[in-house]
Amino acid sequence: MDIIVCVKRVPATDTQVKVAPDGTSLDPAGVEFVLNPYDEFAVEEALKTREAKGGTVTAITLGPAEAQKELRTCLAMGADKAILIKTGDRVHDGYSTAEILVAQIKQLPHDLVFCGRQAVDGDNSQAAPRIAALLGWPCVTDVTELALEGDAYVAHRDIEGGREVVRCPLPAVISTNKGLNEPRYASLKGIMAAKKKPLEEVEAADVAPATAVVSLSLPPARPEGRIVEGGADAVAALVDAIKNEAKVL
Amino acid sequence: MSNHIVVLAEAREGALKKASLETVSAARELASQAGGQVVVVLAGKGLDNAVAELGKSGADRVIAIDSPVLEHYSGDGYCRALVEQVKPLTPTAVLMAHTAMGKDLAPRVAAALETGLASDVTALHVEDGKLGATRPVFAGKAYQKVMADRTPFMATVRPNNFEVGSGDGAAETTTAQPSFGPDELKALVTEVVASASGRVPLQEAQIVVSGGRGLKEPEHFKLVEELAAAFGEGRAAVGASRAVVDAGWRPHREQVGQTGKVVAPTLYIACGISGAIQHLAGMRTARYIVAINKDPEAPIFKVANYGIVGDVFEVLPALTDAVKAASAG
Ligand SMILES: Cc1cc2nc3c(=O)[nH]c(=O)nc-3n(C[C@H](O)[C@H](O)[C@H](O)COP(=O)(O)OP(=O)(O)OC[C@H]3O[C@@H](n4cnc5c(N)ncnc54)[C@H](O)[C@@H]3O)c2cc1C
Ligand SMILES: Nc1ncnc2c1ncn2[C@@H]1O[C@H](COP(=O)(O)O)[C@@H](O)[C@H]1O
Repeated sequence: MDIIVCVKRVPATDTQVKVAPDGTSLDPAGVEFVLNPYDEFAVEEALKTREAKGGTVTAITLGPAEAQKELRTCLAMGADKAILIKTGDRVHDGYSTAEILVAQIKQLPHDLVFCGRQAVDGDNSQAAPRIAALLGWPCVTDVTELALEGDAYVAHRDIEGGREVVRCPLPAVISTNKGLNEPRYASLKGIMAAKKKPLEEVEAADVAPATAVVSLSLPPARPEGRIVEGGADAVAALVDAIKNEAKVL
Repeated sequence: MSNHIVVLAEAREGALKKASLETVSAARELASQAGGQVVVVLAGKGLDNAVAELGKSGADRVIAIDSPVLEHYSGDGYCRALVEQVKPLTPTAVLMAHTAMGKDLAPRVAAALETGLASDVTALHVEDGKLGATRPVFAGKAYQKVMADRTPFMATVRPNNFEVGSGDGAAETTTAQPSFGPDELKALVTEVVASASGRVPLQEAQIVVSGGRGLKEPEHFKLVEELAAAFGEGRAAVGASRAVVDAGWRPHREQVGQTGKVVAPTLYIACGISGAIQHLAGMRTARYIVAINKDPEAPIFKVANYGIVGDVFEVLPALTDAVKAASAG
């Protein structure tokens, strides 16, 4: 099976957000960038699938030149090949990202596509169903359990108050959630091998985004709280506060 | 082009989701600025009750695609059925709630309508004839305002963020059928497994009581469960930090935070949780935050409305008793 895994370079989750002078984007000064945590599950699942069924794993990203680093991580984990689709000057949204990724996927052999549940920068959670729609394929999102039964996947996903079991025939797009697997670490051997694996750079298809970011701002600070020492008195006062301020009793 | 504002409503087992009513309110608000009718479209089987409720939700029209083909959720099937109805309406905006179904379905509908989508929005805007929205990004560490350059404008609306409307009015209701049969569905839900009964879903609970590594042992989580139960049946849910989920004390579905669930309850009680930035991402929009931690320097106190510097093993039992007494009184 020829498997595509879509990955994104994002700020690490412990980033303190500062707004850049343009007023619409993250100030990248001092920010550490990493492979999107949810994409680690996608890469792992792609590798496991290849190990079981044979085939190839190709990691693709739409991003800046620096995203080579995250692609090398995927190669070091075990992907066979990587493609960097250069973003250029545009700020892409869910619409243009999916269009561009699919234009690239269509130029590759592709039987299965893995994405992460969401990229933790824009928190869009859009790419997987969009890619599926553009390929005319079915999709299961936020998958926490996945098993191949004949020519279909049986996938589990969390919903409000429970879990859905979905039967999904292949070819398909799967977006991966935490809990699905334990992503492997790149071994030293893997890191060495990754240096020799093919990493191609290509231009993005000419698609403009459908939405424009007009501002980025920090949330209003929470009001200063009351912090008291523990003890029985504190509990009585807290219950009063829950009653009179939170108003849930 | 019409100036309809379409709401894609969600019914599970025939029961309308509250978040869909909130989305109708959001659509009404948008219509009051941008003009146009609010048209609700929903797919499923056995939708009479949901349609009746939507009929008095403030919508102008309701289109129910009520068919055995749509008895079980299918991302591709529901998308196709909805788009068959929505496309001819040539709406200016299409809204849906940002639920598990909305997250799966709305991006697919957006792709089919060849347009953008602002996900998980907390406010909608009309400016110079353009539609847009404000939405949390970087796990709520910042807010982004986006404006649409293509039509229709699409957004998924964060639950618990818009008030449900007054519930009068009488919408014109019609039914429709999908143009395809069951053989053409691809991904299909075969089973819905409910979590243990009597438990409120974490994201819908009015109160969330969460525990972290400060509880020391998985068995001590019963202190958290007892406090949650003290608020009365169906009111409070139990949450957890990633540290205790990774340690296997609690299931992943209870994890609150950037790689878990984002909750916005009226009251959030953090017990023995340090307040790492990734945890705060999942709960900082709670209306009232209480923290119990023995370390006065714990970052959780920075977002707390009320904090007790103390030992969870002393504070929690006393608090549970006091809440029980207050609930009974
Ligand atoms: C990519 C990534 C994603 C992440 N996503 C999440 C996420 O979604 N959710 C999440 O929660 N974390 C997440 N984390 C982990 C996060 O960084 C923290 O490690 C985690 O939240 C810590 O959990 P904790 O507060 O229970 O434990 P600790 O940080 O160990 O805190 C325990 C607290 O308990 C207090 N304590 C100890 N004993 C007592 C006592 N007897 N009484 C009262 N207080 C006591 C201590 O003072 C301390 O503050 C993520 C991390 C990464 C790198
Ligand atoms: N620029 C990108 N390049 C490659 N894959 C992406 C990109 N953006 C998003 N994805 C994939 O789509 C998933 C969901 O992203 P998003 O829709 O942005 O939340 C991510 O976890 C990735 O797997």
